[in-house]
Amino acid sequence: MAELSVPTIESFTVTLIVRRFDPENDTEPKWEDFDVEMYGTDRVLDALHKIKWEQDGSLTFRRSCAHGVCGSDAMRINGRNRLACKTLIKDLDISKPIYVEPIKGLPVEKDLIVDMTPFYKAYLEINPFLVATDKPKKERLQSPEERARYDDTTKCILCAACTSSCPVFWTDGQYFGPAAIVNAHRFIFDSRDENAELRLDILNDKEGVWRCRTTFNCTEACPRGIEVTKAIAEVKQAILRGRA
Amino acid sequence: MSVTIEVPNRPRTRKQANWEKYGWLFMRVSGPLLIVLIFTHLVVNLVLGDGIKAIDFAFVAGKWADPFWQVWDLAMLWLALIHGTNGMRTIVNDYAGQVKVRRALTTTLWAVCALLILLGTLVIFTFDPCPAGASAELLASFCPAQ
Repeated sequence: MAELSVPTIESFTVTLIVRRFDPENDTEPKWEDFDVEMYGTDRVLDALHKIKWEQDGSLTFRRSCAHGVCGSDAMRINGRNRLACKTLIKDLDISKPIYVEPIKGLPVEKDLIVDMTPFYKAYLEINPFLVATDKPKKERLQSPEERARYDDTTKCILCAACTSSCPVFWTDGQYFGPAAIVNAHRFIFDSRDENAELRLDILNDKEGVWRCRTTFNCTEACPRGIEVTKAIAEVKQAILRGRA
Repeated sequence: MSVTIEVPNRPRTRKQANWEKYGWLFMRVSGPLLIVLIFTHLVVNLVLGDGIKAIDFAFVAGKWADPFWQVWDLAMLWLALIHGTNGMRTIVNDYAGQVKVRRALTTTLWAVCALLILLGTLVIFTFDPCPAGASAELLASFCPAQ
């Protein structure tokens, strides 16, 4: 009988340099590097898991579904905001170390975990729910064209990759930020919603859409491929028109 | 059983009347206008005719004798200064966190802008290449002898 040959799967070693902060012992965040053995199918999240499970159990980061749906693990990977669970290690330059830091502009709580409260506050402020006074017996009908009008902005998973990539948000934390505007867009252009004018009024604030200077960082950062800057521009146009 | 939320339970507090919309519109309108104004200005002054060699006191005097160039330069002056100052204001809003610092910087910006606009406008409209009563050696060569 011929001997069974088990093909070996090629692996490689990568260095991850992780920005760490322990609020109980550190006054300043510091960089710490880890070497991990990885495979072509592994993502940055797998590398973080491997570190946490095999090297240093104190490494702290958020993740929930681990498949790009829940939006928990947005972080800054090699200087760009990405979901750790959607970034394949082999797509990065593995001849160099991979830098992983928490997203910027929100207060760091521990290691890669930031306080999301300011982000959610801005989101809540734009009334992110359907407002309709009619009480229909069946569902509210909508044509495919009406649905397509705001399709792009329904894809948001509130991971904060866009807002925490925005230079205006970094320096001026009062700015609503791209994510809040995207979610306002989702209802402003929804034909079933009746509160577009209120939302437009909210975003006509001093810290509203006019702070956006079209850097396109948000569009580049969005793991769902939402055209964020375009959505913000559409809200600007709607405010100028005075209606959706 | 379903729950109906009639009105949002978090009233907004920070909303106040503001000019941001008009500021943004102004930037959008003045930007393209300035591109036309400035590049035409550069071509007329530096390229057409004798080119850069033509520029001297007489050249400027000649241009400002024409109401067309007076209005042109006036538009350029006003639009460029307000456009630039408003741009600086947004940068101040970004980086100056304290209200007092922010207000002081913005006030200074607009004061400087107003002063420059005032002086520039004054010069464009009151410019006289050969002022009466000036001593002969200070006058330009093309002025009729006093």
